Amino acid sequence: MAEPYLIGDAMTGGYGGADILHGCTIAVEKGQIAVIVGPNGAGKSTAMKAVFGMLKLRQGQVRLDGEDITALSPQARVAKGMGFVPQTHNIFTSMTVEENLEMGAFIRRDDMADTMAQVYDLFPILKQKRLQPAGELSGGQRQQVAVGRALMTKPKVLMLDEPTAGVSPIVMDELFDRIIEVARTGISILMVEQNARQALEIADKGYVLVQGANRFTDTGKALMADPEVRRSFLGG
Amino acid sequence: MDTLNALVVFLNFVVVPGLAYGAQLALGALGVTLIYGILRFSNFAHGDTMAFGTMTTILVTWWFQSMGITFGVLPTALLALPFGIIGTALFVLGTDRVVYRFYRQKKAAPVILVMVSMGVMFVMNGVVRLIIGVEDQQFADGGRFVISAGDFKTATGLAEGLAIKSSQAITVGAAIIVVAWLFWFLQKTRTGKSMRAFSDNEDLALLSGINPDRVVAVTWIIAAALATIAGTLYGLDKSFKPFTYFQLLLPIFAAAIVGGLGSPLGAIAGGFVIAFSEVIVTYAWKKVVTYVVPESLAPDSLLQLLTTDYKFAVSFVILIIVLLVMPTGLFKGKSV
Repeated sequence: MAEPYLIGDAMTGGYGGADILHGCTIAVEKGQIAVIVGPNGAGKSTAMKAVFGMLKLRQGQVRLDGEDITALSPQARVAKGMGFVPQTHNIFTSMTVEENLEMGAFIRRDDMADTMAQVYDLFPILKQKRLQPAGELSGGQRQQVAVGRALMTKPKVLMLDEPTAGVSPIVMDELFDRIIEVARTGISILMVEQNARQALEIADKGYVLVQGANRFTDTGKALMADPEVRRSFLGG
Repeated sequence: MDTLNALVVFLNFVVVPGLAYGAQLALGALGVTLIYGILRFSNFAHGDTMAFGTMTTILVTWWFQSMGITFGVLPTALLALPFGIIGTALFVLGTDRVVYRFYRQKKAAPVILVMVSMGVMFVMNGVVRLIIGVEDQQFADGGRFVISAGDFKTATGLAEGLAIKSSQAITVGAAIIVVAWLFWFLQKTRTGKSMRAFSDNEDLALLSGINPDRVVAVTWIIAAALATIAGTLYGLDKSFKPFTYFQLLLPIFAAAIVGGLGSPLGAIAGGFVIAFSEVIVTYAWKKVVTYVVPESLAPDSLLQLLTTDYKFAVSFVILIIVLLVMPTGLFKGKSV
């Protein structure tokens, strides 16, 4: 099998002190959606942060398109084509929607008008509200701003840490639709989700983590069909 | 009853001085609020940064004057101001490099940075006194008045005069220009926006590739420029004395907090609130009242709520009321 586009390979590490991840492997192929699910405290977000370079690995490697990027800072990874949407505090609340997008493209020196138009096409509501402070928007709209901001660097991989946390089920469905649309443009998506069932439905690949290690890894469909996964993690 | 004369007295002794003082406080408070918003601590050294900037400007002014360079009707200090700003910016950047950076890298708590800034305050205080001395310095030259009280009386035939000192006109004019520039810079330029982003959400700003060192440096340079301009304008309007500038710290902080720490608009509003409160509370209203009430009711006392010696009490009281009732200030800044 060819090497996946982005892979955190056998990652072991934590925030100093005890390890949280124990030889955990997360990968995503080009243009696909990979989802990390698991119980609370399983290290889902930690695994995501490790892939993005926000915590130091004691062992293991992160490779992007075959290149070892384990030693790079998160900022350097952004420059390499990775986008990250944190779970909370993921927008500039006092700045307008448009300024949020501009700040997302801060490392770019070229014309960003095209990318901004693409983001507005993807999230039409943002175009309507582009001159409004992002902090005044609803939860779902704020998440769209957050995703839009990360898309402004034209990333090849987009990492989402619980994009649907705290939004209503209707908004959640809509966000998932948009995430699929993003993936269709050729951007790989790696995301952590609490709503395991819905997330696995759209996932090409699913990772079930328990205590910082891979428990099950398969396609989203296969995981949904696996009786043990259903019983333990999807509530039957 | 003579409303017109009452109005002129009111303008002359309350509105005009209040406007000028308010503009000076607003410029000072803008510096404090920028540092608070972006570097996340209350900079107690700001008053002495103003003193340092003014001192540098005065020294350059004297040098210009000794070479016979003047600025016509405008004070020579305005010519020297850019040099004062550069000198102060370099001094402040040096301080950041030697002192603040160490604590920033250690991610020290804001309260520790406040203590550090007090240390810096004492050092700057000492440096300024060593160089220029503790005495009062007058350095205003050029035309004294835009309108003098005598001219006003002859022109209007009123019993009361309205005087506008050139320093007051320059103060208000300069403040408008500086504030307009600052808002343009923060709202429209890439660097300004990156500063607001950094102030809003530091982690996300770093994630977006905004260079924190650059943001910090630009913030210090702007704060130094604002402090120098505010200090020089205050010095032109009154006089320069290091101790007075140290004391200005209180009304400046009161202004920044009343307006809402971290909010530039609030700093300006706060500056005028504090200035007018001080002037109104310490002004002897006898003359104004005598003009507007019938002769039989004319007051015997001065109608002065507080003597000017107690003017800092006004800032204190407003500060305490705001902190108790409205901790985020008029413009919803960060609570202290």
